Amino acid sequence: MRMPRLTAFLTATAVFVSAFTLAAQAAEEVHVLNWKGYGADEPWAVANFEKATGFKVVNDFFNSEQEMLTKIRTNPGLYDVVMINAAFNDQAMAGKLIQPIDVSKLSNYADIAKDKAGSPMLNHDGKVYGVPWVWGLTALAINDKSFDKPPTSIAEMWGPAHKGRVIIRDDAVEAVQFGAIASGQNINDIKDMDAVKAKLTSLMPQIKTFWSSENDWNQMVASNQIDIGTYWSGSADRAKTHFKLPVSLVIPQEGAVAWLDAFSIPVGSKNVAGAEAFINYMIDPKFYVEWVTKVGAPVSANTKAVDALPEDAFNRKVMGSPDVAKRIQFQAPVTDEQREKYLALWQELKVNVK
Amino acid sequence: MADQLAIGSRRGLKPALPLLLPAYLWLTVAIFLPLSAMVFFSFMTDLPLAGKEWSFTLGNYAAFFSQSLYSTLLFASLRLGLEVTLWCVVIGYPAAYVLAKVLKGRSREAIFLLVILPFWSNGLVRIFSWAMVLREGGILDTALNAVLPFKINIDLMYSYPAVIIGLVHSYVPYMVLTCYLTLQAIDNSLIEAGRSLGASRLQVLWRVIIPLSMPGLIAGAALIFVPVVGSFMEPRILGGRTGTFYGTVIEDQFVAVFNWPLGAALSFILLAVVLIILALAAPVLRRAG
Repeated sequence: MRMPRLTAFLTATAVFVSAFTLAAQAAEEVHVLNWKGYGADEPWAVANFEKATGFKVVNDFFNSEQEMLTKIRTNPGLYDVVMINAAFNDQAMAGKLIQPIDVSKLSNYADIAKDKAGSPMLNHDGKVYGVPWVWGLTALAINDKSFDKPPTSIAEMWGPAHKGRVIIRDDAVEAVQFGAIASGQNINDIKDMDAVKAKLTSLMPQIKTFWSSENDWNQMVASNQIDIGTYWSGSADRAKTHFKLPVSLVIPQEGAVAWLDAFSIPVGSKNVAGAEAFINYMIDPKFYVEWVTKVGAPVSANTKAVDALPEDAFNRKVMGSPDVAKRIQFQAPVTDEQREKYLALWQELKVNVK
Repeated sequence: MADQLAIGSRRGLKPALPLLLPAYLWLTVAIFLPLSAMVFFSFMTDLPLAGKEWSFTLGNYAAFFSQSLYSTLLFASLRLGLEVTLWCVVIGYPAAYVLAKVLKGRSREAIFLLVILPFWSNGLVRIFSWAMVLREGGILDTALNAVLPFKINIDLMYSYPAVIIGLVHSYVPYMVLTCYLTLQAIDNSLIEAGRSLGASRLQVLWRVIIPLSMPGLIAGAALIFVPVVGSFMEPRILGGRTGTFYGTVIEDQFVAVFNWPLGAALSFILLAVVLIILALAAPVLRRAG
């Protein structure tokens, strides 16, 4: 007697729990996976989109590209829109994590710069797997309080004046590519790994700590603990505009790593129409101008959106200048083999500081 | 006679079953199954997700031995575990003694509350509050400079001592609680007898109190040492560039590079090493106890 009643109780609990989960996942929700504080989760943007379309946005976040891939791998069907760095699009497509996008449903797609929309990283077999959203740089950012005039060279990071006041991101690929730029190499075809290793080894004693989110970086500047470090162009803009921090972006003469962020729709999305509407909204000039003005953002892939900015806007004047275009190197996909090699080097460097 | 005993014990087991069932069901579902899955993963070349090819391999375990990186980090983590345990004994044992033998009534309750208070707050909150205290221009730095006539510069943040401070703070209540229980159980007349027979206070401590409270010390040390060796959150936040430990590398394998097989293999090597250490220490500790 006792046992069946227990079984019945357990079954009832299971049924109740699954019914509850189903009810919570209504079809009208758009589940978005992106970096935290990166446009898609701005409350005003979410409110505007929800008012215009009737869909409800549910945001989820990741702290590294690998975590993003892990999340879509381990939660098939949960997400409808995912923001993927173009260099990772290949890997996501090969892993059958994302599906082709019907761009005819996106009215703003035609305004995207041709070189971005046609990027071989986002197009496979004539199908579009990623809609270019914004692009930007992994360059340097400085704490204005520590400099009379902004430095021009990457070598500033190694300066004795900044010992213990330098910050870089805890990311093997970014660190190695940064070392490649510092040693004058092509980031997508690193020939001399020893030079990269030597550069990074001598940088280690300069470093205060590693950052992994924008929040880390901004807090370090707010408490005046760092002078200079690697940072993303959009984040530096946000730190200055939105958080009113003394931060300036520096594009060193040696160059900088450029990246392209794009939106994709995961395989198994339960609300493809909602996903398309959301992506179209994200590349809309109106959203972009509001994002830049209120919060600060990287450069839109939509040419009309950039043209809608004031003429002297940083994202139009500096980032759009031919002089900068010459210096930057766009990040190409990194193979698993390279990634493991970079990680081994990065871990070795981190262990050797002990 | 033997049969009767067997029947008797079986009769004893049957009514006990509903009482045991929830705990064992929980252990099976929540611990045994995921852990077996991890053992399985640790022998695979890749995760069988999205139709990826995979096969069985010992390569993940071989990786530990082929690179000095992992053993260096394991030693660093073991050292961290020992140091944190030692500081917990130094700080926690006297506190437990005072709680058990000196304080009475209300004051004991109040002090006890202070000891377990940190348990009621989230671990991450505790670590981030340490970050505010320890950094340059932080609470400790500002407070000391406001009081002292000369200028000192305290910047403990992002260093090995910061990791030790954060971990000791998180784990010292375990030591206080386990030692308190054994110390409280010591009959006061034993201490009085020792004193009246001419032993000094130190001799009483060394010959009576410490041996009798040894089980609590050992339990506390094991409770602290094992999680500290595998800790990753505290070193990552408080350690800065020196915060790379065995636990953070395992975390990287799961979170940053999605190499679950290697992460699982590294975890089981850690488990094996910890078990060997506890097994080797067991006879010594038992004799001491």
